[in-house]
Amino acid sequence: MESVAIIGVGQTAFSPNRKDQTYADLVYEATAAALSDARLSIANIDNIVTASNDFFDGRTISSMAVGDACGAAFGGGKSISTVEGDGTFAAFYGLSRILSGNYDTTLVVAHSKSSEGDLRLLTNAFFDPLTERLLGLDWVSSAALQARVFLREKNIGNIECGNVIVKNRANGAKNPKAHLRKPLTIDEALRSPLLASPLKETDVCPSSDGAAAIILASKSFAQKKSERPIWVRGVGLCADAPLGERNLAESKALRLAAHQAYQMAGIDNPTAQVDLVELSEQFSYQELLWLEELNYRNLSRVNLSGGCLSAHAWIVSGLVRIIEASLQLRGQASNQISNARRAVAHGQYGLCGQSHSVWVLES
Amino acid sequence: MKRTAIVGCGQTDHSGNRFDVTGIELIHEAVSRALADADLTLADIDGVVIGNMDHFEGINGVELWSISGNGGILKPTIKLTTGGTTGSTLAIGGYHLTASGLFNKLLVIGWEKNSESDTTGAITTAFDPVWDRLVFAGAISGLAVEASAYMKKFGVTEKDAARAVIRDRKHAVKNPHAHLRREVTIEEVLRAPLLSDPIKALDICPRTDGACAVIFANEDYAEKICPKPAWILGAANRHPYAYLGDVEWYPLKSLALASQELYAKLGIKEPLKEINLMELYTPYSFANLSWIEALGLAKPGEGAKLIWEGVTDAGGTLPINLSGGVLSTNPIGATGLIRAAECAHQIMGRAGERQAPEVKKALSTGFGGCFWSDILIYGSEKPS
Amino acid sequence: MVQKNRLKRSDFIFVESGDAFQPFQYSVGMEGSRFFAEIRDHKKFLGLRCPSCRKVYVPPRKICGPCFKTMEEWVEVGPMGTLSAFTILRFPFIDPETGEKKPVPYGYGFILLDGASTQFQHFLKVDPDWPPSIGIRVKPVFAEDRQGKLSDILHFEAA
Repeated sequence: MESVAIIGVGQTAFSPNRKDQTYADLVYEATAAALSDARLSIANIDNIVTASNDFFDGRTISSMAVGDACGAAFGGGKSISTVEGDGTFAAFYGLSRILSGNYDTTLVVAHSKSSEGDLRLLTNAFFDPLTERLLGLDWVSSAALQARVFLREKNIGNIECGNVIVKNRANGAKNPKAHLRKPLTIDEALRSPLLASPLKETDVCPSSDGAAAIILASKSFAQKKSERPIWVRGVGLCADAPLGERNLAESKALRLAAHQAYQMAGIDNPTAQVDLVELSEQFSYQELLWLEELNYRNLSRVNLSGGCLSAHAWIVSGLVRIIEASLQLRGQASNQISNARRAVAHGQYGLCGQSHSVWVLES
Repeated sequence: MKRTAIVGCGQTDHSGNRFDVTGIELIHEAVSRALADADLTLADIDGVVIGNMDHFEGINGVELWSISGNGGILKPTIKLTTGGTTGSTLAIGGYHLTASGLFNKLLVIGWEKNSESDTTGAITTAFDPVWDRLVFAGAISGLAVEASAYMKKFGVTEKDAARAVIRDRKHAVKNPHAHLRREVTIEEVLRAPLLSDPIKALDICPRTDGACAVIFANEDYAEKICPKPAWILGAANRHPYAYLGDVEWYPLKSLALASQELYAKLGIKEPLKEINLMELYTPYSFANLSWIEALGLAKPGEGAKLIWEGVTDAGGTLPINLSGGVLSTNPIGATGLIRAAECAHQIMGRAGERQAPEVKKALSTGFGGCFWSDILIYGSEKPS
Repeated sequence: MVQKNRLKRSDFIFVESGDAFQPFQYSVGMEGSRFFAEIRDHKKFLGLRCPSCRKVYVPPRKICGPCFKTMEEWVEVGPMGTLSAFTILRFPFIDPETGEKKPVPYGYGFILLDGASTQFQHFLKVDPDWPPSIGIRVKPVFAEDRQGKLSDILHFEAA
């Protein structure tokens, strides 16, 4: 793959309720932040890919509302498209637009406001209306099924999951953009009330309002205009069968996506060759499950930003992982480690991680 | 960066109510036909792109829900959605993703089962819940308003618009996939019940259940799969409005700007002479007059003249909508992709009874959202 | 021998979604909140002017799309305006807000309020003695009990 760079990143703060802002306002905030970070103006952007979900926004063609806020109308208008799914999927399409030779600079922006709708009902709508929806499952109760199967098959206990929560919440406390910024003790993590066994309240990510944006650029543009480009060295995307038709204790889709990305980047020993991982874990157990498929063993280098357990807005979260990984590689993260040269960022979508994307980034 | 082409297309038997199949089965029907058309199997496909409008079927995450029918299991699977432009957005996405070299052979699917919900109600939810929904009444109301402004500006008549309807409906008779395959007369169009002034029942597209699948392949594979692939020469789009009240009613600015960009890129100076065939997303009669002006085929207010002269009829210099167009078939999420499939089959020489002689360049459009437009141009010759 | 499955039309079974719906609490944002408060409290229309192109946007929103600039300069517009386009809705459909059939026919107008650059859409009173036409002057009719939403304006009618 020819080189493509991330030359600008921006995100809003994540909070339980941004009542004062429409989601278009949040998109503008993230877009303006990414442009300012890249030291570019909207005139330098030659195309846009937005990420949104009509259900979460309570509106068909919800991307319509964010056009003005992301520059779609600027100067007579720009080429624009919309991916429905995680922001990393939109970034994947944005990357391909540059590789196609048609564009030099893609703005990718994602938004959602958990506070405006009822996530239980909205995620119940992921299920088949004829056969499954009546059972009342949603994103949390279906994850409880996955947690049960995975934890049992791998003989993993509450403590290991608790440790993930404590680590991510401690990291999140250092991240000014995070939704939950109070560290949690292992006792607090283990004693929190059950939501859907075996999942407790603290096992589940918060539901946040927020938006995020990145600017991708061709090699020639990045070399000319960017002082600190982050290079995309590998990328993989893969989806799997629905809930009842796959083994929930593993994720073949993530394994394949990781394999593809690692192969492109020339990685054969991820734990040794990758300095940090930003992971999309909606639940504590998912961090352990996803890391198995990513074949990454260095838990202390995972989710230095606090991960999704510290802030989570559907659609946006994966793009935040790319942003946080990029900030680490630039030496500008809130919880900076030394000598970060290569990072993996991960996005997921659907119920129990039905679809995944894996990015290998280098400074 | 690779040149890319359409190498296979499949459409379902579109109709007003495909109650004999679920959405997943409808998608599968189109996918199977596209694979057969390209003489490929699912194992040859390295990614799936799919689109529709969520609230028409009420299913969140359609790409994952339908994965057993769309062929995406253990493959990259992406959903694109932009409202009425979804189908053309999908075609543009198929072009970019294969041209990037990230995919060699990509399956692109658009679909809709409009019979499963109240289409007008669902379209109304496309507009702003705070500012638009109280008074807006789906696509028909917005288009009626555009027509009222166009008629006032140029003195265009309902009879002019009816002439464009009978063209598309006549063409549809030769398309086995079309939903409405009965010819209509100008008198019938003018006498049809008034829906929203000046739009009458026959001025507007039907609600259709249907799916369309198109296989894109890059230059390393295209000619091995298809003897006469339809090469993508380029694509452009503009989605410049977020609020309906911001729309300037004439000309259709998004289409004018997108087509000007693409003509300039491809060195096209006289589209009327240089393009052999067009498949336009014209969802109502007046669009067939006004929007061809935006495309540079006629001067402002003179679209009707071109239509009356028969230039755009089958056998004319620039036949438009030989498939019967959107006025004959409209499964919304598939509609823009059907335009691409029809252009591709015309170039491949696989358009059956509706085949035009020697198609070297074809053009398709998509329309939707808040008066947004997408455009693609295809060629029989591999671009240099 | 395998027989091909064929069902008669009447044999097909459908699953109804019933009364399922997904409630939302949509943010109006800072600009929209101020607009609606002004309608509610003073029966006045406010727009926002772009510092770059000087266009006045109604309804007000944070960004001028074509200039990609934030807007802060409030301008009073209307209440009188000019009808720029309209239709009369005559076909029945389900109102997604209420789940009920919307009462038809009704007039649907785009109104360029005096001093505004973009059109405001609302109901148009349809009077047999007064057929609407593009370019006529119109005025708003306000509800007595106003709550800070679009229906605080009942409709526009001939001035």
